[in-house]
Amino acid sequence: MANTQMSQTTTGKSAGGFTEAEAERRRVRVNWLLSLPALVWLAFAASGPLLIMVVYSFLTPGDYVGVVWDFSTDAWFQVLFTRDIFDETIVTMADAHLSIFWRSISLSLMTTATTLVFGFPTAYFIATRSPRSRPMWLFLVTIPFWTNLLIRTFAIMELIRNEGLINTVLLKAGLIDTPIQMLFTDGATLVGMTYVYLPLMVLPLYASMERLDFRLVEAGYDLYASRLQVLRRVILPLVKPGVIAGSILVFIPSLGAYVTPRLLGGGRNMMMGNFIEMQFGAGRNWPLGAALSITLLFIVMIALIFYVRNVGKEGSGHG
Amino acid sequence: MKQSAENAVEVVGVSKVFGQGASEVRALDDVSVSIRQNEFFTLLGPSGCGKTTLLRLLAGFEQPTAGQIFLSGIDIAGLPPNKRPINTVFQNYALFPHLTVGQNIAFGLEMLGRPKAEVSDTVERMLRLVRMEALRDRKTSQISGGQQQRVALARALAPQPKVLLLDEPLSALDYKLRKEMQLELKRLQHETGITFVFVTHDQEEALTMSDRIAVMCDGNILQVGGPRDIYDHPADRFVADFIGESNFMNARIESVSDGRATLSLTAGATVQAILPEGVASSGDVTVVVRPERARFLKDGEAGASEVSLPATVETIVYVGTDTHYHLKLSSDEAFIARVQNDDRGGFLPAQGQAVQVAIAASAVQVLKD
Ligand SMILES: Nc1ncnc2c1ncn2[C@@H]1O[C@H](COP(=O)(O)OP(=O)(O)OP(=O)(O)O)[C@@H](O)[C@H]1O
Ligand SMILES: [Mg+2]
Repeated sequence: MANTQMSQTTTGKSAGGFTEAEAERRRVRVNWLLSLPALVWLAFAASGPLLIMVVYSFLTPGDYVGVVWDFSTDAWFQVLFTRDIFDETIVTMADAHLSIFWRSISLSLMTTATTLVFGFPTAYFIATRSPRSRPMWLFLVTIPFWTNLLIRTFAIMELIRNEGLINTVLLKAGLIDTPIQMLFTDGATLVGMTYVYLPLMVLPLYASMERLDFRLVEAGYDLYASRLQVLRRVILPLVKPGVIAGSILVFIPSLGAYVTPRLLGGGRNMMMGNFIEMQFGAGRNWPLGAALSITLLFIVMIALIFYVRNVGKEGSGHG
Repeated sequence: MKQSAENAVEVVGVSKVFGQGASEVRALDDVSVSIRQNEFFTLLGPSGCGKTTLLRLLAGFEQPTAGQIFLSGIDIAGLPPNKRPINTVFQNYALFPHLTVGQNIAFGLEMLGRPKAEVSDTVERMLRLVRMEALRDRKTSQISGGQQQRVALARALAPQPKVLLLDEPLSALDYKLRKEMQLELKRLQHETGITFVFVTHDQEEALTMSDRIAVMCDGNILQVGGPRDIYDHPADRFVADFIGESNFMNARIESVSDGRATLSLTAGATVQAILPEGVASSGDVTVVVRPERARFLKDGEAGASEVSLPATVETIVYVGTDTHYHLKLSSDEAFIARVQNDDRGGFLPAQGQAVQVAIAASAVQVLKD
């Protein structure tokens, strides 16, 4: 997220009438000045809240809301462990928390995979249209953004709930006797998140495919590669930057998704976003919420490092 | 029509139309040509005449609108590019930027599923062949244009195709490197014994490299023949004009006997020349004479097989190896005589001087149109 704001800092013009060193110094100064608003904004909007989170995670929950200013590492302990209600010396792993972590990570990975599977052919299709009709196709891809996420999610609920369109049609057609439970399942969350994040995969993929030299594809066919081999050995390695960018853009917001798992997954199939929200609401445990938020941040960071290290390296050779 | 397996490639009545309706482009118009086994065959023609289109049809990237293409006597209409034993050296080389030089050369062999040992052997052999052993592990973005050209060649030769297609492979190179690569290509073709189909719009390149040349214009093949054939006996005005420099003169056919016509040139002389097939045996014709086939006479002592024409020297242009004399004939036709600067002390006129130019009778070529 921070990157988009940082990128404003690189422009600058030299003015006449200076020696080169002076001009250079001036350029640096101007650049700093120009980037100041962005830096202030970053400090204020990103680091500030983060700092508050870190501080809160080491405090004690208040009785109803907020925190009491007593130092405690309890919240961090609770992220992974629980104490027995009757005997505080009995400590067990917090299975509920672990399953929420796991659901979040696996659903996000699956969302990334499914958006890639659907997004790749879509981006390829758009990139191979005539240059004149490409903007129209891109425009179609971004149309879902025009409607509020909540409304779109409710629309999906309307389709898949037990009395919804799909079940009604199947029942009427006599294909099933009882409605299929689709709403409030992990599957529903996956479908919803794939739908929501698909454009975030398609756009960066398209950006790198648009730059793809299709003569290289012809060269691949010319050298006896089948369609699949051209895809694997020529196209994929060349559009890898797009695949990486798209995967990151989908994976990170998926991990923190809130609305979609809440509405489509229901109360029992929580993801981390919902679980954190719960700590600040009904759970009345702000320090735990803060600790969980920071944990989420770490999961994202580790996943990113792991992903970029591995995917970034593989394919620079061949095979 | 029966196809002989003797010819590497046989193109029969092929047309290619792009687009429809108003935007229709007829890139190839009923083209037929045979390319022999182990031949260095060149498609020569101006920009937009359909050379690339013909290559793309051979490679399988495009399908003909009409007509058939045979490879060693077998119709290859249904075969996709990856099933044709034909490789291409692309105009921009189209090397894979994510692979090294060695991996680029290995690509085709790996796709054919050749065993690993064979692949690496062949890659080494190809690298030696194009003299690039030292650069096997370089990225293709880190080598020069001439080296990229060699890699593209090695990559296309490695799978040992029956036919190698080369689309203006030398056009991006500077003059000196181009000369060098021309010889190199000739050598490679000789050593590998593969049929080369070479595209260029540089007539000099075509003449120096080819076994046979097809001259193309506007989607048609106008003439096919050896370099000498095409240069000395151009079939029509376009070929004569496109290849080398030409002097065109008007003439009238006086009589014909035994395939030889007696012509009276408008510029004032009578000469005997071979009458090509398909030219009417009376009436006006155009003849062509190459500038280097003319010389200046001192006192009108023309040789037995020469004709002499009166002319005035208008301009003299020095071009290093030669001097070009721009003359005006008595018929007001322009004529360029090219004389080699070799100090052999022939008679050389001055500007404005009235002279006699002698033309070898065998240099007078009657054109079809
Ligand atoms: N895909 C296409 N769609 C429409 N017209 C095309 C297409 N490809 C080629 N043409 C047209 O067909 C004609 C022949 O093109 P081609 O590329 O074969 O010429 P060329 O002889 O290779 O020219 P050059 O020397 O400039 O490369 C041109 O008029 C060109 O505009
Ligand atoms: Mg071309």
